[in-house]
Amino acid sequence: MNAKTSFMNGAASGRGRRSSQGRRRPDISLLLRMVVYLCAGITLLALLLLIAYILVKGVPHLTVSLFALEYTSENVSLLPALINTLMMTGLALLLSIPPGVGASIYLTEYADRNSKKVALIRLTAETLSGIPSIIYGLFGMLFFVTYWQWGYSLLAGAATLAIMVLPLIMRSTEEALKATPDSYREASFGLGAGKFRTVSRIVLPSAIPGILAGIILAIGRIVGETAALIYTAGSVAVICRDLLSSGRTLSLHMYLLSSEGLYTDQAYATAVVLLGLVLLLNLLSGRVAGKLTKGNE
Amino acid sequence: MKSAIKEKAFEILFLLAALSSTAAVLLICVFLFANGVPAMAEIGWFDFLLGRNWSPQDVPASYGILPMILGSIYVTAGAVIIGVPIGILTAVYLARFCPPRLYRRLKPAVDLLAGIPSVIYGFFGLMVIVPLLRELLGGTGNSMLAASILLGMMILPTVIGISEAAIRAVPESYYEGALALGASHERAVFFAQLPAARSGIMAAVVLGVGRAIGETMAVIMVAGNQARMPDGILYGVRTLTANIVTEMGYAADLHREALIATGVVLFVFILLINLCFSILNRRGERA
Amino acid sequence: MMNKIEIKNVNLYYDKFQALKNVNMVVPENRITAFIGPSGCGKSTLLKSLNRMNDLIPGCRIQGEVRLDDENIYGEMDVNQLRKRVGMVFQKPNPFPMSIYDNIAYGPKTHGIRNRTELDEIVVGSLQAAAIWDEVKDRLKKNALSLSGGQQQRICIARALAVEPEVLLMDEPTSALDPISTAKIEDLVLELRNTYTIVIVTHNMQQAVRVSDRTAFFLLGEVVEYADTDKLFSVPRDKRTEDYITGRFG
Repeated sequence: MNAKTSFMNGAASGRGRRSSQGRRRPDISLLLRMVVYLCAGITLLALLLLIAYILVKGVPHLTVSLFALEYTSENVSLLPALINTLMMTGLALLLSIPPGVGASIYLTEYADRNSKKVALIRLTAETLSGIPSIIYGLFGMLFFVTYWQWGYSLLAGAATLAIMVLPLIMRSTEEALKATPDSYREASFGLGAGKFRTVSRIVLPSAIPGILAGIILAIGRIVGETAALIYTAGSVAVICRDLLSSGRTLSLHMYLLSSEGLYTDQAYATAVVLLGLVLLLNLLSGRVAGKLTKGNE
Repeated sequence: MKSAIKEKAFEILFLLAALSSTAAVLLICVFLFANGVPAMAEIGWFDFLLGRNWSPQDVPASYGILPMILGSIYVTAGAVIIGVPIGILTAVYLARFCPPRLYRRLKPAVDLLAGIPSVIYGFFGLMVIVPLLRELLGGTGNSMLAASILLGMMILPTVIGISEAAIRAVPESYYEGALALGASHERAVFFAQLPAARSGIMAAVVLGVGRAIGETMAVIMVAGNQARMPDGILYGVRTLTANIVTEMGYAADLHREALIATGVVLFVFILLINLCFSILNRRGERA
Repeated sequence: MMNKIEIKNVNLYYDKFQALKNVNMVVPENRITAFIGPSGCGKSTLLKSLNRMNDLIPGCRIQGEVRLDDENIYGEMDVNQLRKRVGMVFQKPNPFPMSIYDNIAYGPKTHGIRNRTELDEIVVGSLQAAAIWDEVKDRLKKNALSLSGGQQQRICIARALAVEPEVLLMDEPTSALDPISTAKIEDLVLELRNTYTIVIVTHNMQQAVRVSDRTAFFLLGEVVEYADTDKLFSVPRDKRTEDYITGRFG
């Protein structure tokens, strides 16, 4: 609403100015406006170009053999990688949701907001969210693969990713918890419920849509991740049999395919699947978050 | 009494969860530094950080990462030159020019830009930007310029998101005051609002720098990765991140540790950038 | 007439600000006591200190004693048990975002009642006691937020009654409601008088006259006058009370 009125105001006053004193000075307002429109256009164009290009080049090559259960150097099937991606995602979420949600509960419901402990936790969470994925990959390699001797494995990859998405889950959960009205907490305490019961039965359930939206974003990160996995999960093109076996995910598969340079068509098709997955997750996250805001009105 | 113990137990449990992020940062620091710093000492601080020659396979091997440090800095600078103006102006559009109906469609599109995996960006760069540069400017196309253009694209959502928030946080009175003095909408936005949002916009740029310098896969796919001193925007470069990924697969002993040490240098860069970001952010909040 | 609650030398501070100054008062059993006064006078603060809801406010300190059935609630007493015995209804209706049934059953479940038939009985009984049973009996599984404001407030009263409290604290329970809903709540309060000790904070003096037996007038954190309601409103002893009830004040 606000944006609209100011937009209209702007248009009107811009016109007024030009007619009254436009002659005296060359008017840079028009120029500024054009530059702004141009840049917004470039941004949008970059996105559309990227998506359209991948789809146009890739969709025709989506063949059945690309989804064969077994990977061979002839069919370069993406199915094993896709299945590994699902397992990797599940495991990483399993490892990151409990500490992520628990941490946000501590920060919003228990901690004294001005304490040194909270400042430290916030600082480190902020630091984590700024660390690039290759550093996580290096750490995962040193800590999980070498130090714990898990080798290149599903578990080492998932543990690395879990740390990577931890700050994301913390932030979205914290926002969702903060959006829960205090009146719910008061009502629950007023009935003689303890803190834990209030949090687990009243606050957390009403924050679920927001938490879910954050989790879906985290899934997007996990699905799209490559650098953190290359030296933690390894790049074998088979379906992982257990936690300690190695296997490539879809993004890594995509990278290896395109860097080999032999399977361009299949690489395009794989890109379509990966992009489709990410688009879907983004859409879903937006929907869930939208439901949240509607529900709270 | 029993319930009091239960309550305390859960509080401690949640506190432990909250400390997991602290533990993670601590472990990352300890493991990276413990594995990387001794290698730096062994190679020699000066030879490692300022050595112009990286040839780990030679006898004797040399481990100078100056080419990669410069490579990272140049590529990032290029990304900033390309991505930051477009990003900030797109943010201005979203915050101040975009009709609400369109905004509801555009905002998710910008968010989507952040959600696209780096391999997809890299693949797009490899298939579109690299051949295009090869056609237009000659050479192989795998170049500093290609990496900069691609990274410029990739930092857009970061720059746009934070700049937009900063512009929206400027009190409406700045804008109205400028209008009352006879400024046009454009002038009011650019000369009254934008300067007031400057520390937030600076924070956006700093975070964009962090994203660009840490990006790995997309850069590897388009930058050429030659481990030599950068000698022009149309020639290939290798960044710190690329150095780690391209050689870690077969590196052993001191070579491997030197790669981890490369990671340590990158990590220190990132920590400094994070520090700048939080200082700017705090200043933005106070203003 | 028994005294249910005794308030002895209570001083309450929010950080440096003193919100209650040396309050002494007794609340009689099975009667309705009203707290009146201009906003910021401390009437809600005192109400909240009767079941320690002020514990939730950071920086809040209290001195003195509040005795429930001659036991200091700021002493050994378990705070959750205290709040089971001293229930509360808030200014704005605040049902949980769950079904009507679950809203009412939440309290009893909190205090360990798991048996389904027992819970059913409590839910029906509480809704009847809160005079809303007829309106909601066919849609107990519906979300409580789908009800009107007045109905929501009676759901909140039913929810408070479901834990079988001895005292019911009501913090301006009708200030967010329309006149018809207000009248229904007032009727309900008068009916509950026989079973519960009720303390009601109100900014509406007519409401105090209509429902309460005893009235306390608060000003700047002090109890200026505390007397039978008809006496306080007909022959106030303090000049400030007179000024307030005749509308010459605040």
